Amino acid sequence: MPAPIRLRELIRTIRTARTQAEEREMIQKECAAIRSSFREEDNTYRCRNVAKLLYMHMLGYPAHFGQLECLKLIASQKFTDKRIGYLGAMLLLDERQDVHLLMTNCIKNDLNHSTQYVQGLALCTLGCMGSSEMCRDLAGEVEKLLKTSNSYLRKKAALCAVHVIRKVPELMEMFLPATKNLLSEKNHGVLHTSVVLLTEMCERSPDMLAHFRKLVPQLVRILKNLIMSGYSPEHDVSGISDPFLQVRILRLLRILGKSDDDSSEAMNDILAQVATNTETSKNVGNAILYETVLTIMDIKSESGLRVLAINILGRFLLNNDKNIRYVALTSLLKTVQTDHNAVQRHRSTIVDCLKDLDVSIKRRAMELSFALVNGNNIRGMMKELLYFLDSCDPEFKADCASGVFLAAEKYAPSKRWHIDTIMRVLTTAGSYVRDDSVPNLIQLITNSVEMHAYTVQRLYKALLDDISQQPLVQVASWCIGEYGDLLVSGQCEEEEPIQVTEDEVLDVLEGLLVSNLSAAVTRGYSLTAIMKLSTRFSGVNRIKKVVSIYGSSIDVELQQRAVEYNALFKKYDHMRPALLERMPIMEKSASNGPTEIVQTNGETEPSVVDSKHPPPVSQPANQANDLLDLLGGNDVVPVIQTTVPTKPASAGGELLDLLGDLSLTIPPMTAYNKNGLKIDFTFERANPNPNVAVITIHASNSTEADMTDFVFQAAVPKTFQLQLLSPSSNVVPALNQGTVTQVIRVLNPQKQQLRMRIKLTYTLKGSPVQDLAEVNNFPPQSWQ
Amino acid sequence: MMRFLLLFSRQGKLRLQKWFTPLTDREKKKVIRDVMALVLARPPRSCNFLHWRDIKVVYKRYASLYFCTGLEDQDNELLTLEVLHRYVELLDKYFGNVCELDIIFNFEKAYYILDEFLMGGEVLETSKVAVSVSMENADTLQETMEEYMNRPAF
Repeated sequence: MPAPIRLRELIRTIRTARTQAEEREMIQKECAAIRSSFREEDNTYRCRNVAKLLYMHMLGYPAHFGQLECLKLIASQKFTDKRIGYLGAMLLLDERQDVHLLMTNCIKNDLNHSTQYVQGLALCTLGCMGSSEMCRDLAGEVEKLLKTSNSYLRKKAALCAVHVIRKVPELMEMFLPATKNLLSEKNHGVLHTSVVLLTEMCERSPDMLAHFRKLVPQLVRILKNLIMSGYSPEHDVSGISDPFLQVRILRLLRILGKSDDDSSEAMNDILAQVATNTETSKNVGNAILYETVLTIMDIKSESGLRVLAINILGRFLLNNDKNIRYVALTSLLKTVQTDHNAVQRHRSTIVDCLKDLDVSIKRRAMELSFALVNGNNIRGMMKELLYFLDSCDPEFKADCASGVFLAAEKYAPSKRWHIDTIMRVLTTAGSYVRDDSVPNLIQLITNSVEMHAYTVQRLYKALLDDISQQPLVQVASWCIGEYGDLLVSGQCEEEEPIQVTEDEVLDVLEGLLVSNLSAAVTRGYSLTAIMKLSTRFSGVNRIKKVVSIYGSSIDVELQQRAVEYNALFKKYDHMRPALLERMPIMEKSASNGPTEIVQTNGETEPSVVDSKHPPPVSQPANQANDLLDLLGGNDVVPVIQTTVPTKPASAGGELLDLLGDLSLTIPPMTAYNKNGLKIDFTFERANPNPNVAVITIHASNSTEADMTDFVFQAAVPKTFQLQLLSPSSNVVPALNQGTVTQVIRVLNPQKQQLRMRIKLTYTLKGSPVQDLAEVNNFPPQSWQ
Repeated sequence: MMRFLLLFSRQGKLRLQKWFTPLTDREKKKVIRDVMALVLARPPRSCNFLHWRDIKVVYKRYASLYFCTGLEDQDNELLTLEVLHRYVELLDKYFGNVCELDIIFNFEKAYYILDEFLMGGEVLETSKVAVSVSMENADTLQETMEEYMNRPAF
């Protein structure tokens, strides 16, 4: 059989192939030849064949039939064979192959070979891809070589030990004695690999960390020598002596100095020296400075040093080199939590980086900008971030939008600003906002009672422009459904009111239902909105028609909704207004999580503690309007009231939970005391929202007769929001035999002085009694 | 530590692959595909770092070849640029004005040089001279056998 072709020959031939098919043919032919050659157990050319196989493997072709051949090569006595054999093992064999373990014996023999280059091959292979079993078997040999005086072998043994420890951490103890005088080596290769080994051990074991802390002075000395020593041609990189070793030492110092005062102090000087003396014109110097900064920030350094570090990062930010700017932004992101004020000083530079052309830098700058937003800079920062949102790539928009929402929620200076910001995000990046932002936004809008007219108007205008962005459309249709009456009434304090007719509004909503751009969820929203408008608009017929049409829609969800709404019109018309009334203020369960909006099929339910379905009841809307008329108007907001009487037990249950909070220290007060009716207020703070004061009224009756049909109503100034929960009963028993309790929740975000007007109605001895009063004597702790 | 080192051409042809963690062939192919796509898509004057999964990818282009490596969180990206540069210098010293063709036709030598410079994802030897000397000596060992056998190794 002719000798197999040479490797270079094969490479040359394959490269002449003009098509993939041609190449495949050549490869297949050669593979067949190689396979038959392997079968003949030819020692002479095995090396050549495996080399060719490795080339073909790199091109992407299967080469598993060469695995055993690699083992044979490793076992051969020729150095050339071993070299290719080990290379083949590293490329073709990995832990998952059974064949892998067969190497163990060969490697063991080679670790004890007389030629250091053979030992080196064995160490290299073990250190790159040795499995746990192999590492366990051969750890002893590695440990022996770690103590040799041959620096070529010692450095390889050190990195091999690192691999062994990574694979089998329990073996770490075994290498401890050998590390004793590793750092007294002069050879940089050994020094470097020793530092890597020490780093690995310290990272994995707190005991080792404590043990090696005593090496800090030695490490500092070595680093000092590197910096102070003159030019060393062997290790020089652009005027800096062995930057690789310097950086590794700095990294080890970082681990040793973390949370340890003494070690941190011992390295203070050298860190300052490196930070000030390193040449920054080339990448090398900056690499060392970068590592130094990371070390300074992690250990217990003195404040002067920390400021120096942040200033270095600030200078990095202004560097022309993109890599350095990127690295600076990444580091600042890590330190922004701990050294917030120092990083704030560089805010304008960071914001400028938002306009950088480089994608990686933009992303880092965006993350850092969000971390820097606080109550003071919110307006300015938000302007920049919204501008960024307008112009950035789509890959950023989702994250940026979420970030804007979060920041706006935490630091919004006013409700109007908050809503404007949200509108801006929805209109510019509406299709990229996360799904859970829709309920969050709805909740926010509901709670900004005074902004309802403004909000619905702006949302309506936005819908007229563009109905393709689903989150925007969903929020808008929900708002129109809720506040459609405000929209057509043309009242708007904040802006020029627009003139819209009921038909125009219904046109828009129906348009959403039929448009191809609307998602199924969006259609559901708009159908529900249309339904809600049946109680807010005068013309109901059109709505009835729409609803009945969709009763036969193919979309099951729409169909169900339409059928149920139809049923409302036909059989439960008297319930319709109650079910479709305005949503109450919703409590947030957590500041960032999804809210407790409970809205199923258009029925409204109170979202707080009470979770029972409202049975048919007379219209509370009238009562609210009553209060308005009586108390004359503009500075008082009608209370949103639930009128479901529940069992006293549940009210008692509420009371119990509230009293469980031990942090209350607000004294109770008497709000009203006239004609035998006394009303006391007791206070708690609601958890988790400290802006909500929870007031429980206790009504007691000292007259001889019961007070029946007792109703308590309250109204608060504009800056507050009020929610009245259900009373324990409607009868105040005579002669102080019992009390009626009712819970009021007052949201007081601006911490203004609490004032309240109350209206009491009851029947005493057959005649109705009505009284109004103002309550001004709230204790300061209740609203501060 | 470095997780992998890849050399590939502008046309997406792989010239060298070194893996420092155990991965299946399939996983390796996926990494190569993804990282290559990301790196080749970068505009010319971008920053040399990007983020992929939980790995920091550092790449540098030398003539027609991309040198690309994946780092873990603690590793220093700027220093890794120096590591890549050092490897190129070592290849250059060995082959004399190295070009892509040298690496194609002598890929096994490129691997040997790499194995004298890096091991287990960490730098093994920081001295250029030391690496060159080791390579020379090992090659001599090989040639001695060749002369003895009186025929070319492969």
